[in-house]
Amino acid sequence: MSLDQLTNEAPAYNFAYLDEQTKRMIRRAILKGIAVPGYQVPFAAREMPMPYGWGTGGVQVTASVLGESDILKVIDQGADDTTNAVSIRNFFAKTANVELTTHTSEATVIQTRHRIPEEELQEHQTLVYQVPIPEPLRFLEPRETETRKMHALSEYGLIHVKLYEDIATHGHIATTYAYPVMVEGRYVMDPSPTPKFDNPKMHKSKALQLFGAGREKRIYALPPHTDVVSLDFEDHPFTIQEWPDTQCAMCGAEGVYFDEVILDDAGNNMFVCSDSDYCETRQSEGHLGPLNADYKERMQ
Amino acid sequence: MQQKILSVQNLTKSFVMHLQNGLQLPVMDGAGFEVFAGECVVLGGPSGAGKSTLLKMIYGNYAADAGEIIITHGDQHTDLVTASPREILRLRQSTIGYVSQFLSAIPRVSALDLVAQVARQWGHSEEVAQEKAAKMLGQLNIPEHLWGLPPATFSGGEQQRVNIARGFMGEHKLLLLDEPTASLDAANRQVVLSLIEERKANGTAMLGIFHDADTRDKVADRVIDVTKFAVQRAA
Amino acid sequence: MSLDQDLPLLSVKNLSHFYGQHLGCKDVNFDLYPGEVLAIVGESGSGKTTLLNCLSTQIIPTDGAVYYRGRKGQSDNLYEMSEAQQRILLRTDWGFVRQHPRDGLRMNVSAGANVGERLMALGDRHYGKIRDTALDWLEKVEIQVDRIDDAPRTFSGGMQQRLQIARNLVTNPRLVFMDEPTGGLDVSVQARLLDLIRRLVAELGLSIIIVTHDLAVARLLSDRIMVMKDGKVIEQGLTDQVLDDPHQAYTQLLVSSILHVGS
Ligand SMILES: Nc1ncnc2c1ncn2[C@@H]1O[C@H](COP(=O)(O)OP(=O)(O)O)[C@@H](O)[C@H]1O
Ligand SMILES: [Mg+2]
Ligand SMILES: [Zn+2]
Repeated sequence: MSLDQLTNEAPAYNFAYLDEQTKRMIRRAILKGIAVPGYQVPFAAREMPMPYGWGTGGVQVTASVLGESDILKVIDQGADDTTNAVSIRNFFAKTANVELTTHTSEATVIQTRHRIPEEELQEHQTLVYQVPIPEPLRFLEPRETETRKMHALSEYGLIHVKLYEDIATHGHIATTYAYPVMVEGRYVMDPSPTPKFDNPKMHKSKALQLFGAGREKRIYALPPHTDVVSLDFEDHPFTIQEWPDTQCAMCGAEGVYFDEVILDDAGNNMFVCSDSDYCETRQSEGHLGPLNADYKERMQ
Repeated sequence: MQQKILSVQNLTKSFVMHLQNGLQLPVMDGAGFEVFAGECVVLGGPSGAGKSTLLKMIYGNYAADAGEIIITHGDQHTDLVTASPREILRLRQSTIGYVSQFLSAIPRVSALDLVAQVARQWGHSEEVAQEKAAKMLGQLNIPEHLWGLPPATFSGGEQQRVNIARGFMGEHKLLLLDEPTASLDAANRQVVLSLIEERKANGTAMLGIFHDADTRDKVADRVIDVTKFAVQRAA
Repeated sequence: MSLDQDLPLLSVKNLSHFYGQHLGCKDVNFDLYPGEVLAIVGESGSGKTTLLNCLSTQIIPTDGAVYYRGRKGQSDNLYEMSEAQQRILLRTDWGFVRQHPRDGLRMNVSAGANVGERLMALGDRHYGKIRDTALDWLEKVEIQVDRIDDAPRTFSGGMQQRLQIARNLVTNPRLVFMDEPTGGLDVSVQARLLDLIRRLVAELGLSIIIVTHDLAVARLLSDRIMVMKDGKVIEQGLTDQVLDDPHQAYTQLLVSSILHVGS
């Protein structure tokens, strides 16, 4: 191959970038993860053409499960249009040439960072989480040999120590994201930095949920209809975030996960759906919130 | 005929001083005697004859080389020479008491509690134990304002009397008296003598060392001269 | 006395451990009965810690067996138990008080959580009750209850050791291992800790195996003593008998040197 060719011709990527051998290896890890829900399966993570922390684990999982007929959606904190989501979407557009969508209901594979879509996922869908730190016991027990043993022997007193500390310090369980869950009564799992608001959506979800941690080289999974219970105390039961008397300024939705948007220096604010597809779909269906331009129009 | 509480047979003891080139110090050879309930037997003989060594072997504090030390407790007989540490500890709880002026100080427990503890161990209720302890401390002339304080802060004489109080608080069938009256003033010595008389009357067997001839004459039913057990050393 | 009290809690048979070729401890035999305090003494490197770690299954010895009588009366060889069973023993029926608080405490977690951890490990899920139990135990070990939310790294050395004791005793263990628990503490702080241990032993009827090189500690706490030298037990027996009438040359040396070191 001439230097000219090397520098000017786009390299011929394998479908979804990873070679088939690597994908098979990752699929084996995924299958093992599905067979042992909540268990962290080590895998030989590959270098990806993006820095760690940009979802290299999730990208490898997505690349391994993606087929030519799949329809891919990528979100970051609920939004399809952030830099991270866009660059991952572009990556797969270039390397896999699959159909892309922003609509939750249309997607067959959704890669996410920090959110689960508001719209209930279905049997034919797979949700792929980007995970920075897969080990829920890490913050209290840094020794990997020890945490592995704790998982193996179901020794999970430590996780409640963390929740105890929360209550002792704040009067309530102050952990609001990466809130630990017990999977099928066996493994304690870190649900990745999703808000605890989304924890109940994991429970008995109809969709397959896959978790990939690139830097830490771990994959874990929740097959459809898996029991996922958020840990708590009898006298401090698990609750999700609530925004009482709040509706989305754009679509009027209530009881969803909100982002707060500061409007001016005076501290005026509004709340909008964190799930941008959900919000837009509602607006297109005619649901309007009080700050929506169309709302004022309609009122007039 | 009173019950035999202690029977010593053929008791032999020597010390080997390894730090002094294995120097052999034979102390006792073939010691034998008996002590019965309700009597106070005093060990006689000059200093160095082996009185303390004998007393300590009977308490299990020193190990005998050979022979027997049979203790009667209830309907059982135990040889202290071959008894396990556990058996010795049990006998110390149930049967063999040791009255001495010297005991390891126990920090931060009040004198009253320290003495009451013993009564509690003997099955008395908290209330009775406190009463008995108070009476004993009063008898031994420990000023009442000290009772609530740990003996570590007391004068030497007061500490000694707290230890004596503890020793007499128990209800052991066999009491070993290790110079309990030495360095006591006349009044307190008299108290100890009457405590010994009380114990005799209720059937306690006592074996003691008393240096002061006057005291010895007052308490002793018999005197056993330990020099006859001592190993005759070559000059 | 109940039958249970007359059967050994721990029965050690021909225990030896080698680190490769290097001798850790050799041919150790003894029984420990309920409520007994056994001191293991000897100079640094004599094998005390090795023995303690073998007994507590933190090291699996090269040779020998240790039978432990469980709460149901059954006697099992510790080394034939699964690791899961061993670890359950270690955090329920046993305690382990380490010389260095950092090895026995979670230094960055509050005192309350340090005490509550074992309860949570056993499945307690009521915050209020866990906290009440922790408060109770802080009081028992003479730590001001208003320190419950402070991390042990803010505690004095003596407090840290007392906290370790509370953390271990909260599950009412029957056997507690202690490795030089008073090492590195000031004399007055030591005295207070020893006093506390004595009181708890008397109140709770604990069995304790305590490793120390301080004969005064052994005398104060233990019923029985084992003297170790070069990995072997060279003399054992009733504590005051071994200390007041030592037979082995080495024990005589130990006893005489404490006389020089001590008061
Ligand atoms: N992890 C280890 N690896 C190799 N040798 C060790 C190890 N731990 C202890 N030893 C050796 O075993 C012997 C006993 O040591 P140890 O049990 O630590 O004694 P102690 O606790 O009485 O100081 C010493 O010779 C020591 O150097
Ligand atoms: Mg050591
Ligand atoms: Zn909205």
